[in-house]
Amino acid sequence: MTGLTFELLCMQLLTGIALGSIYALLALGLCLIFGMLNVVNFAHGAFFMVGAFLGVYFLGVTGNFWFSLVLTPLLTGCLGLLTERFLVRPLYGRGLDYPLLLTFGLSYVLIEVMRVTFGIEGLPSITPDGLGGSINVGIGYFPKYRLFLIGATALIILGVWFLIQKTRYGLIIKAGAADQEIVKVLGVDIAKVWLLVFGLGCAIAGLSGILASPTRSVNPEMGVPILAESFVVTVVGGMGSPVGAVVAGLLVGVVYSMTSLFFPDLAELSIFVLMAVVLLIRPQGLFGKAGAMG
Amino acid sequence: MKQKVTNQARRKMLIGGAAAASTPLWLNVANAQADTIKIGFPTPLTGPFSAEAQDQVKAAELAIKEFNDAGGFNGRKAELLVRDDKLNPGEAATRTLELIEKDKVNYVVGSLSAATQLSINAVCKERKVLFNSISQSDAINEAKDWSVYTFHESLNPTMTAGAVARYSIPRYGKKIVFLTADYAYGHEMVRAFERAGKELGATTLADIRHPLGASDYSAFLPRIKALNPDILVLCNFGRDLVNAAKQCTDFGLKSSMKIVTPVLLYTARLAGGPEAFEGILGGTGYYWGLEDRIPTAKAFNDAFRKMYNGSVPSDYGALGYAGIKSVLASIKIAKSTETMKVVSAMENLKYDWYKGPEYYRKCDHQAVQTVIIVESKSKNMKDKYDVFNILTIEPTTEKNMRTCAELGHKA
Repeated sequence: MTGLTFELLCMQLLTGIALGSIYALLALGLCLIFGMLNVVNFAHGAFFMVGAFLGVYFLGVTGNFWFSLVLTPLLTGCLGLLTERFLVRPLYGRGLDYPLLLTFGLSYVLIEVMRVTFGIEGLPSITPDGLGGSINVGIGYFPKYRLFLIGATALIILGVWFLIQKTRYGLIIKAGAADQEIVKVLGVDIAKVWLLVFGLGCAIAGLSGILASPTRSVNPEMGVPILAESFVVTVVGGMGSPVGAVVAGLLVGVVYSMTSLFFPDLAELSIFVLMAVVLLIRPQGLFGKAGAMG
Repeated sequence: MKQKVTNQARRKMLIGGAAAASTPLWLNVANAQADTIKIGFPTPLTGPFSAEAQDQVKAAELAIKEFNDAGGFNGRKAELLVRDDKLNPGEAATRTLELIEKDKVNYVVGSLSAATQLSINAVCKERKVLFNSISQSDAINEAKDWSVYTFHESLNPTMTAGAVARYSIPRYGKKIVFLTADYAYGHEMVRAFERAGKELGATTLADIRHPLGASDYSAFLPRIKALNPDILVLCNFGRDLVNAAKQCTDFGLKSSMKIVTPVLLYTARLAGGPEAFEGILGGTGYYWGLEDRIPTAKAFNDAFRKMYNGSVPSDYGALGYAGIKSVLASIKIAKSTETMKVVSAMENLKYDWYKGPEYYRKCDHQAVQTVIIVESKSKNMKDKYDVFNILTIEPTTEKNMRTCAELGHKA
């Protein structure tokens, strides 16, 4: 390819990281739920979509992006709590497939609800004041919002890391994932922990929805393709590994972006090739433990 | 989709029930209903083109209503049977076959995608059913896909992309980059733009293909910026176009190049908002703002506003209207619902339903019509419907179309 410069490569890398941030965030929520509850949440993309809709709606009503950035994950989180308590909980102990099918169905219900509420066209997304336009980053102009996106994602991931590694709750979550029997014996109400983890996962999905909304159009089907991509990320990173989700999310974004530069036709395919290669070399994913699906 | 069908069935039952209750002649009503002229209408009610598809249905219903209010054909009323083809060629073929075999439709009008209309056309061609396509395609008029039962109400990429090339290249420059949705229609738009561009001395720097329905285009944009073209042509459609336009704006591409698109749709502009589309120009078959200069556009808009709460029809909506109008008018002229008689009446039809005079070219049944070049505006908008400035109208002429011989038809 002619005209390949250092600036172009860096720009492409930065674009890939911005893309990967959303993947990382979504996959993080997915893998928290899987790692802890052993539930493959097929409604994750739908929670992402609901988050985008609510975010744009609140932003339209209040005109305040920061307010809707707080309110939206709270609401999708509550929706997640309700989902766990009334839909997922009765299915524990029946293996992977029952909750998988249930959440798959739930995603269609959520899509339909949004279609009925907001119409099939979706909503025009809004870039928050002050974050529109682009800024010179030394190698060229890059959209301000995408820089903000990278920063915000990093903060959220740090927050989740802090919660899991540095707090008492995190200790319980980790212990619960390792051996729930012992945690129960120690007097922890594991059902409550599961409830909160599911809610947290859904809140993160909603948050990634509103964060992603200014970069793309908001419509009822927006969660479908990105769910497939986040599963690729989760598998590449290793099912149930939060570190894997983050690393693989960024990796997938960068691979997609770099492939777009050289072979645009193969960009979509590239992430699946990446998954195949990783699975051949490390069947449990980059950071996964062997037998996580069992 | 299932829900749509049941909704329709329910609505039909309600209408039927109301009719039965309100008139003592309900037996006659039932007889007349059994004898309606049925028009099958496959269109992608779900998926990335759903906004356009919904508008097609709304305007088609208006055309049906006008026909029925005017007394129908010898007292026979028309009826629209809408089916969701989900933007999938296989689904479209199945639904069309069902419409023909199970629902016994007399004609098929509809579609919204190059690929689905070709699969619908293939079914109609085989079953010898008249199909008036209201979506853009070049292939459908070519001898291998075309049959005497095929009509093409819509513009095609040769006409729209050609008109956009003829307008933009002399004004903005000759170095072109395409960002193209990787499917039949995307490729047709590129081919047509290049065909017109060649005569003007334009060169293509790159044709970057992306998968249909990609939601993030940012990964393609640094390279486009580095290529530094005079004109970036977005050869995608619906939500793809909305996302691409938005991200091109975010990445600041507009400061160094002109962004054009062969088909700039009203619905896409509404979904994307003024900021994303600011300054982007493109071709279209219809814009409601034509009503200032074309009386039939005014009449069509008014009828649509009256039926749908003051909203205005979109470009693809207008095609739904015209597609049905042409078939129903031809039945009246032919004084018969027999397919071949309707076909020859349509071949001789001179009509002006909503945008000025049109006719179907004899050899390939392509509707010869004007192409409107519009530019999206972000300032001085009167209301939410006021989104475009009309830059120019390329007149009705067969000169800009591919010749019948080029398409493989014998003269």
